[in-house]
Amino acid sequence: MEQIIFYILAVVIIGMAIASVTTKKMLRSVIYLLFVLMGLAGLYFLLDYNFLAAVQLAVYAGGVVVLMIFSVFLIHHIEMELEMAKTLKKVIASSMSLVGIATFLCVIWNYDFKVVENYNAIEVTTIGEKFLSVGNGGFILPFEVISVLLLAAMIGAIIVAKSYKLTDKNEQQS
Amino acid sequence: MILGVSIYEILSLSTILFFIGIYGFVTRKNLISVLMSIELILNATVVNFVVINKYMFPDKLEGAVFGIFIIAVAAAETALAIAIIINLYRQITSVEVEDTTTSKY
Amino acid sequence: MNFSYTILIPLIPFVVFLILGLNHRRIKPAVSGYIGVIGLMASAFLSYFTAYKYFFTVPKLEGVFQQITHKTVWMNFTDTLQIDMGVLIDPISVMMLVVVTTISLLVHIYSRGYMKGDQGYTKFFAFLALFTFSMLGLVLATNLFQIYIFWELVGVSSFLLIGYYYTKPSAIIAAKKAFIVTRFADLFFLIGIITIGYYTGTYDFETLNNPAGEVITNWASTSFMGLSVLTWALILIFIGGAGKSAMFPLHIWLPDAMEGPTPVSALIHAATMVVAGVYLVARLFPMYYFIEDGFALNIVAYVGGFSSLFAAIIAITQHDIKRVLAFSTMSQIGYMMMALGVSGYDGHEGVGYMASMFHLFTHAMFKALLFLGAGSVIHAVHSNMMGDMGNLKKYMPVTNITFLIAAFAIAGVPPFAGFWSKDEILVAAFEHSKLLYGVGLFVAGLTAFYMFRLYFSIFHGKKTNYEHAPHESPASMTFPLLFLAVMSIGAGFIPFSKFVTANKEPFEAHLNYPLAAIAVVTGLIGIILAYVFYKNPTEYPEKCKKAFGSFYKWAYAKFYWDEIYFFITRKIIFNCISQPIAWFDKKVVDGFMEGIGSGTIKVSEKTKKIQSGRFQDYAMAFVGGAVVIAIVLIYIFKN
Repeated sequence: MEQIIFYILAVVIIGMAIASVTTKKMLRSVIYLLFVLMGLAGLYFLLDYNFLAAVQLAVYAGGVVVLMIFSVFLIHHIEMELEMAKTLKKVIASSMSLVGIATFLCVIWNYDFKVVENYNAIEVTTIGEKFLSVGNGGFILPFEVISVLLLAAMIGAIIVAKSYKLTDKNEQQS
Repeated sequence: MILGVSIYEILSLSTILFFIGIYGFVTRKNLISVLMSIELILNATVVNFVVINKYMFPDKLEGAVFGIFIIAVAAAETALAIAIIINLYRQITSVEVEDTTTSKY
Repeated sequence: MNFSYTILIPLIPFVVFLILGLNHRRIKPAVSGYIGVIGLMASAFLSYFTAYKYFFTVPKLEGVFQQITHKTVWMNFTDTLQIDMGVLIDPISVMMLVVVTTISLLVHIYSRGYMKGDQGYTKFFAFLALFTFSMLGLVLATNLFQIYIFWELVGVSSFLLIGYYYTKPSAIIAAKKAFIVTRFADLFFLIGIITIGYYTGTYDFETLNNPAGEVITNWASTSFMGLSVLTWALILIFIGGAGKSAMFPLHIWLPDAMEGPTPVSALIHAATMVVAGVYLVARLFPMYYFIEDGFALNIVAYVGGFSSLFAAIIAITQHDIKRVLAFSTMSQIGYMMMALGVSGYDGHEGVGYMASMFHLFTHAMFKALLFLGAGSVIHAVHSNMMGDMGNLKKYMPVTNITFLIAAFAIAGVPPFAGFWSKDEILVAAFEHSKLLYGVGLFVAGLTAFYMFRLYFSIFHGKKTNYEHAPHESPASMTFPLLFLAVMSIGAGFIPFSKFVTANKEPFEAHLNYPLAAIAVVTGLIGIILAYVFYKNPTEYPEKCKKAFGSFYKWAYAKFYWDEIYFFITRKIIFNCISQPIAWFDKKVVDGFMEGIGSGTIKVSEKTKKIQSGRFQDYAMAFVGGAVVIAIVLIYIFKN
């Protein structure tokens, strides 16, 4: 049963991804990306990793994609068609990707992964404990670093996107 | 562990997603489309981390936690990238890649 | 016996050249004239002092004059190959020091008057000083290489001085011609020097000229095409000397070199530079005499004899004063070469060598006097052509008397200087080859004839219709004339054979009365013929011209040698050799270099598009490269 669901999800993910990078319309591209992300969340659910699936849906599908949609609205007319790359470039890029895929797959399929059969779910409580644990196997340091990074990103985003009216009252009125 | 699905298939899925993202990154002419391709790439790597952790090291948590970090970083980066794009749009009123090629011959 | 102070003799004119040359816009002309004259006076007094010291105070070794050298090693290639620089004091070099500095001093004094008012006055004196320096360096050279260096310097100075009136195209052409012809001859000279250096391992004169030394005793060690290699080298060196001394067939530059100012002609083309070739053969005389039994020396004799005859015939027909004197110079130098060529080595047999050097000495005096007198006349009449002159004895008495003295000297009339030296030459020729004696005698007659033709046409006759009445030249110009006139009379009485001989051993020279009488009679016949033809305007010249017909035409055109050279260079060398080489240089060599440049540009135009500024292209390259490296490392190096 899970196998069938997995294959359906895989088809959805890959199909939507290809559609996202090849479509001519901007908004549709964003929506296809949304579907990719939701498919990935489903994959995480299948892998018994509920927390990450929730985070994916909340942050990515709910935050990033909405951000992109707003920026697309800011910049484009919805009906505007995107310019596509020249055929030569498409050929080269796709052939390079195919070669890359072939390489990776060859390497992966020739390797003997030592799979451990298990059906453990990854619990939120375990993750929470590990994030704040200073003992062995604790992730307190990356946790703090990430918080600093997010702070820096916030400040950076504010500074970069600020309009001039708020910064130089004396020099420019934009 | 998903019943009936081996690790190889999931890793192939992530590989294909990764290269679709690269194809989009190289081919697209709009800066926001490029950003979306980057999202695809990052998500493929998250799948990779989680799967390896789940299938081969079930009692450890590194892969899972790292997946969370990657999502956090990717979100922050996307936000900043969009801020930059909007600033750029204010300067040159265009978000085509072609118009940002000033560091050429 | 330290003669190293003689290095000052060439250095003083060099310092004068530097002072005048570097400041030639700042120095006033009168000052530069004084500087030149004073410098030369110092050099002249030093040379007289050296002559006195060398000939009279330095003791002779076994009755032979010693050769004194002071030298330092200049370039050291291997143990055996070294090139030195230094001074060499022996009879001929001391004699040449005296001649060069005296004539140069007199020309400097003369030029103060002749070149007065000329724009480049200071430059002229600078060039004269440079020339004097080069010639003195040549005379004092201790080895073949040093003589070559100063040889070329003399050529350069000659070029600068002939082309002194650089706004006249004919002067520029003449300067180029002189330089190119002598340079061409110097190529053979250089090959000769290198050959000698290679086969004998030395350039030094002392080693080369030693009759008991290795060079001369082993001359037959290597041979090439039937003659010893050293003979070939000597012939090549003679070609170089023939170029500088205007021997046939490298004589074409000398008549055209008369485009320079007359003091230049007096200094360079009469007394000093043109005798450099004679000096060279005299310097290497032991080699010429002993190697292959004097084969090269025979060539010298015949070339000299032929040149003197050739030049004398042409001189009879010319109308330009300076051309007549130029060909006369060529003829007299032919005498000197011939005398060297017929000379022996020991004692009385070396009378040819002694006579050649004696004639060099006296010829310098009276030829310089002739040229300076001609300059005086040209200065007064403002024209070079004999047709524009006549009856000048009324207006220019001093020039008249001195010119007459010089004409008697060159014609070989006793007791003037030319008689004594020319007589010794004829004696030497008589003992060696009757043919050369006959040629020498005939040329003596021709010399007298054309010189007195010149004299009578200029100073006698009835012409009175001058535009400006010619006046006698100022004292600065007449003083040298008088001095040289005294020397032309008195130089003959110097007992040269006590000082300058082939093997440096003095001997007694006697006057051979029968031969002397024949020579004097031939000279007098020439003078009388000229008197009859030219003292008063007569029909005889015209009749003779018609009688000789086309031979006269040929002689007047200098036997068409200039045209022959033009033909060879323009039609043959330029078209067949120079044009293809120029084409090759322009199209192939330049084209190749340019092709590299333009090819690089074209390639870079195409490849610069890699730097497109689009980050996507960079990312593609990055990923593609990573994939390729992954493939290579995983699959190809797996084994």
